[in-house]
Amino acid sequence: MATTEGTLASYRAEAEERGVPLSRVFLDGESRQSGKRPEVLEALMLERMNVMRQAVARGLAHPQRSRSGLVRGDAARMEAWIEGGGSLLGPAFSRLVAAALSVAEVNACMGRIVASPTAGACGVLPAALFRVAAEKGCTDEALVRAFFTAGGIGLCIEKLASLSGAEGGCQAEVGSASAMAAGALVELMGGTPAQVDHAVAFALANVMGLICDPVKGLVEVPCVKRNAMGAVNAAACAEMALAGMESVFPADAVIETMGKVGRRIPEEYRETARGGLAALPVPACETCGQGNFCS
Amino acid sequence: MGIFDIIGPVMVGPSSSHTAGAVRIGAFARKLLGEEPASAAIGLHGSFAATGEGHGTPLALLAGLLGMDPDDEGIPAAREIALERGLAFRFETVDLGEVHPNSVRLDLAQDGAELTVSASSVGGGRIRVFDIDGFQVDLDGVYPTVLLAYPDRAGAVAMVTTILSNAGMNIATIKAHRASRGGQALMSVELDHTPTAGVLNALRHLPHIDQVRFVPRLGFGG
Repeated sequence: MATTEGTLASYRAEAEERGVPLSRVFLDGESRQSGKRPEVLEALMLERMNVMRQAVARGLAHPQRSRSGLVRGDAARMEAWIEGGGSLLGPAFSRLVAAALSVAEVNACMGRIVASPTAGACGVLPAALFRVAAEKGCTDEALVRAFFTAGGIGLCIEKLASLSGAEGGCQAEVGSASAMAAGALVELMGGTPAQVDHAVAFALANVMGLICDPVKGLVEVPCVKRNAMGAVNAAACAEMALAGMESVFPADAVIETMGKVGRRIPEEYRETARGGLAALPVPACETCGQGNFCS
Repeated sequence: MGIFDIIGPVMVGPSSSHTAGAVRIGAFARKLLGEEPASAAIGLHGSFAATGEGHGTPLALLAGLLGMDPDDEGIPAAREIALERGLAFRFETVDLGEVHPNSVRLDLAQDGAELTVSASSVGGGRIRVFDIDGFQVDLDGVYPTVLLAYPDRAGAVAMVTTILSNAGMNIATIKAHRASRGGQALMSVELDHTPTAGVLNALRHLPHIDQVRFVPRLGFGG
């Protein structure tokens, strides 16, 4: 299957043959398919990035509270912790976590986000790409390219496996977002297409089998914090690939395996809210006595 | 499927199926009615009924009926906006039978005109309209769509396709649905491009066609 159409290996082969980064291959492919010039597509990507930026800022500045009471301004709480000097590994790491929480909370509270690849996993990519870019001083042009790399990896996962929690569990949503972000970070940092492949493989392998068990059927618990996990995993896997570590299995094989595992995950662990954490009784709120948190 | 389906759509959360898809179902029904409804009875089925409130599904459906797109930040305020604009709405739980769990039936009225639309949100914000006024249909809003109501008789499809082909319009799908042989029928035509007002008028002036309705291609926001 090494160079079957739609596999990451096929895109990687084209990138290596042309001596261009993966983002160029994905951008050209999108241009051919849509009939739109690359500059138009880059401008559209920048627009989407700006929606993401607004979502990051919103949840940090304004504590987000959901109708269920399960989302209670944790991104803003994390920001306050950072401001207070509480970071365990320095503010860069903490801000990565805070940004992912922020976008995921804005989503849970009916704010405007970019599904990437899904609404439930929308915090991973903006957190990973914007926070690393801020630390490393990357330009918006470089970020736009990285988002095309992320999108192209997502297309491969959609083709070889699934991006849907109902079909493949959380590994297909937050896991896929994490793999897309890991690969995109590698390119953002000047890594090779081969290193992108390794990062994608690492990231998906790390979350293999992760179930989708949304409490009360809502995109809140554990989804918001799994976005933070996805962003942290992406950064770790990008760094491992950039350091020269190589995956035993190519990304395409790991992606296909994720799809196979997903199909065998019992239905109660695939977004139906019947198993896992979703099957636990939610403790009553101490303030209002109702069956959820409200304070 | 392209890169902007992966990095996108831009939408108001929290769920592409329970929120963005619900907005698009409301928008489809509004466009089919041709104007803002004066009243809407919204029957929530399955998961739309069970977890819809926490996902903002009722707000999303109302927002679509009010003409909003899935990325409109006014969606959370849809109830208040509906009250202001005089759209009388009520929600109920319904059992639509063996259909997708994320389904809804909309009973709309405006100036004596009534319309019933049932549809499912099938994932990623995509929708499937499966019933219009009791006729089984299969529409997704991706194509500009013309719906024609007429008494079932020979030659109706040919008359319609003649007008469309004379106007150089390519048909993506065409289906005729009827309640019974010789009874009332509904024809759905999905087109590659938006028909001009002239084409729609020509269809309206065909003999024996009772009603022609048009739903433009549904946007996805962003």
